[in-house]
Amino acid sequence: MYTTETPFEFFTVSYLTRIGNQSASTLAEFLKGLQQCSDASIFHHTFQTLSSHHFLTEGFSNDFAQWAHADASREDLAEQLAALDVRDYLSIAALRGDLCRVVGDYCNEHRDFAEQTALERFYFCESVEVTLPFGLTARTLEEFRDGIAHLSHASFYFHFLSSRLRLQLQTNDFSHWLADGLGLGTLADSVNHIDIYTNTLDSARAKVLRLIDRERRKG
Amino acid sequence: MSEVAIASRIPLDDYAALLGEGEIDELRVLAKPLRGRSIEMINSTAVGGGVAEILNRLLPLAEELELNMRWDVMTGGDDFYGVTKAFHNALHGAPYHADPKDFEIFLACNERNRARLPLDAEFMIIHDPQPAALIEGRQKNGNHWAWRCHIDLSHPNRAVWDFLDKFVARYDAAMFSSPEFSRSLPIPQYLFYPAIDPLSEKNRELESGFVARTLAQYQIDPLRPILTQISRFDRLKDPVGVIRAYRIVKRYFDCQLVLAGGGASDDPEGAVVLKEVLVEANGEADIHIIELPAWAPLEVNALQRASTIVIQKSLREGFGLTVSEALWKKKPVVASAVGGIPVQIIHKHTGLLAHSVEGAAYQIRFLLSHPEIAAKLGENGHEHVKENFLITQKLKRYMTLFLAMARAK
Repeated sequence: MYTTETPFEFFTVSYLTRIGNQSASTLAEFLKGLQQCSDASIFHHTFQTLSSHHFLTEGFSNDFAQWAHADASREDLAEQLAALDVRDYLSIAALRGDLCRVVGDYCNEHRDFAEQTALERFYFCESVEVTLPFGLTARTLEEFRDGIAHLSHASFYFHFLSSRLRLQLQTNDFSHWLADGLGLGTLADSVNHIDIYTNTLDSARAKVLRLIDRERRKG
Repeated sequence: MSEVAIASRIPLDDYAALLGEGEIDELRVLAKPLRGRSIEMINSTAVGGGVAEILNRLLPLAEELELNMRWDVMTGGDDFYGVTKAFHNALHGAPYHADPKDFEIFLACNERNRARLPLDAEFMIIHDPQPAALIEGRQKNGNHWAWRCHIDLSHPNRAVWDFLDKFVARYDAAMFSSPEFSRSLPIPQYLFYPAIDPLSEKNRELESGFVARTLAQYQIDPLRPILTQISRFDRLKDPVGVIRAYRIVKRYFDCQLVLAGGGASDDPEGAVVLKEVLVEANGEADIHIIELPAWAPLEVNALQRASTIVIQKSLREGFGLTVSEALWKKKPVVASAVGGIPVQIIHKHTGLLAHSVEGAAYQIRFLLSHPEIAAKLGENGHEHVKENFLITQKLKRYMTLFLAMARAK
C-alpha cells in the first residue's frame, strides 16, 4: 500500500467577482486595460473562467478570446488569445506579458481595427478568493482517491489548476503530492498531462480517478 | 415587526441528486465558520417580484445550513411606494422631474423603518433603492453592510442617483447583476447573479402528460416547432419585435409563436401593450398570445419545456431570469445582448445573441436548420446555469461575501 507521513489536505475555494473600474470598447482600450489591470483581473479572466465555464470544451479558452471573437469580431486575434495555455505560466506577470504582446502586435498590424468599436464593452473584473479546509485528508492512495471522488468542482479546480500559480511549478497539487509524498512520479506526470481545455472538471476528475485505479491495480 | 416567516423547509440533500454530494458538502464547509453569526436581509416586499421569490427560496436553504438568517420587510404607505416606483423608472432611464417632496417622503419612511427594524445583525444585506437609507441606522458595533442592487443602473436619472449615491457610498460593499450596472463608488462592487431554484414549481421536472395538456389547453400544436417568449406585456420586452422576427422565420419554417406573460390585468400600461401585440398579431392562428395569471409557475414551466426555441428579445433587461429558466430546461435560447443576458448567453456556446429583429430571426432560422447545434447549446446552457445561476450558488456567493467582509475588517 502506498502511504506517506505527510498527508494531503483537501481545500475548497470560493470566489467573488469584484467589478473593476476599467472597461474597453476598442482593441486599443482593451490593450490598455490588459497592461493596467490588476493581477487578480488577469487571473479572473484566464484561470478562474476555466472553472466557471469548465463545461465548455469546444472553442472556449478565456474571457479575453471570447470577447475578441463574439464582440470585437476579430476571429484571428481570438484564435491567438485562445491558444495561450494557462498551464504554461508560472506567474500572472508572464501571462500578462504574452496577452499584451499578442494584442499589441495585432493592433500594430491592423491599425484600423484597433479603434473600431466592439458590439459590447469588455469589463475587467477581479477574483476575490476565500479558501477553507474541505475537512478531508489523505495519507494513502486509497484515501486520496476517495477524497478526489468526493470533492466539489471548486475544490478540484483549486488543487488541479490554480495550484500551479501557488506552487510556481509546472505541476498541480495532486501531482506534486503523488510524486513527493508517495513517490509515484509516473502517475504524477500522467495526471499533470490531462488536458483541462478539452475536458470538463468532471471528465478531468474521472481521468484522474482512472489513472489512480490503474496504479492501485499494479500495486 | 415585519419578519417574513418561511413556511416550507427544503432538505439540502434534495439538491445533492442534481448537483452532487461534493457541492453540498462544500456549502456546509463554507457555512461552518458563519454559524451563530447573524444575517439580516431587508427588502420592500414579501410577495411578488424577483427579490421576494429568491429570498423565499434562499432562507430555507440557509436554515438547512444552520445559518442565522432572517428576512425583514420595510413598510411604507402608498405615497412612499409611489415615489419609489418613480425612482425605479427614473433609475432605468425614464424621464423624471425631481420633486424635493419625493425625497422627503423617501427619507421619512426610511426613518420610520429605522426605528422599527433591529438592524443589529453582523451582516446586513439591503436590497434595492427603497431601503437604501437604512444605512443611517448603522450601529457602532462593527457590523457589515452591503447593498444589493437588482436593477439596471447603466443610465440612471442623475437627480435620483445623486440622491441615492450619498447612502450607497456608506455601505461596505455593493452588488450588481452585471458589470454594466456598476457605478463609480468608493466601495468594492461585486457581481452577484439572481438565481433560479431547480426544485421550484417553475423549474422542476414535469410529467409529459401535464406539458401535453397545457399545450392542448392553449391550442398549440405539439408537432410543429414552437418559438416562445415568456415575459410581461411590457414594451421593454419588445413583444411586437418578437412577432416581426417570427414573421421572417415563418417564411422559411412552418412554426408557431407563443407570447405568454402576465401584467396586463393589474397594470394599465400592460393592458395597452397587450392591445398593441394583438393588433400586430392580427388574429394569425399560429401566434398564441397567452395572458397568464401573475403567478402561474407550472404553466410557464410547461410552455418552456414544450418550446423548440426560447426567445428573450428585450430592449432593456435587469438580468432576465427567464433565460436561465429556459437554459436549465436545456432549451436553445436566442436573446438580445442587453443587461444581464450576455452573462447567461455566451454567444455560440450557451445560446445565440442578437441585436435586431432581423438578427433574432436569422439566429432562430439557423437553430431550426441545425437541431444538433441547438441541442448542444441547450446542454451547455444547462451546465452554465448549474455552475452559476442556481439558488445554491447564490447562497454560496453570499457566504463567500460574508467571509470576505469579515476577513477584511
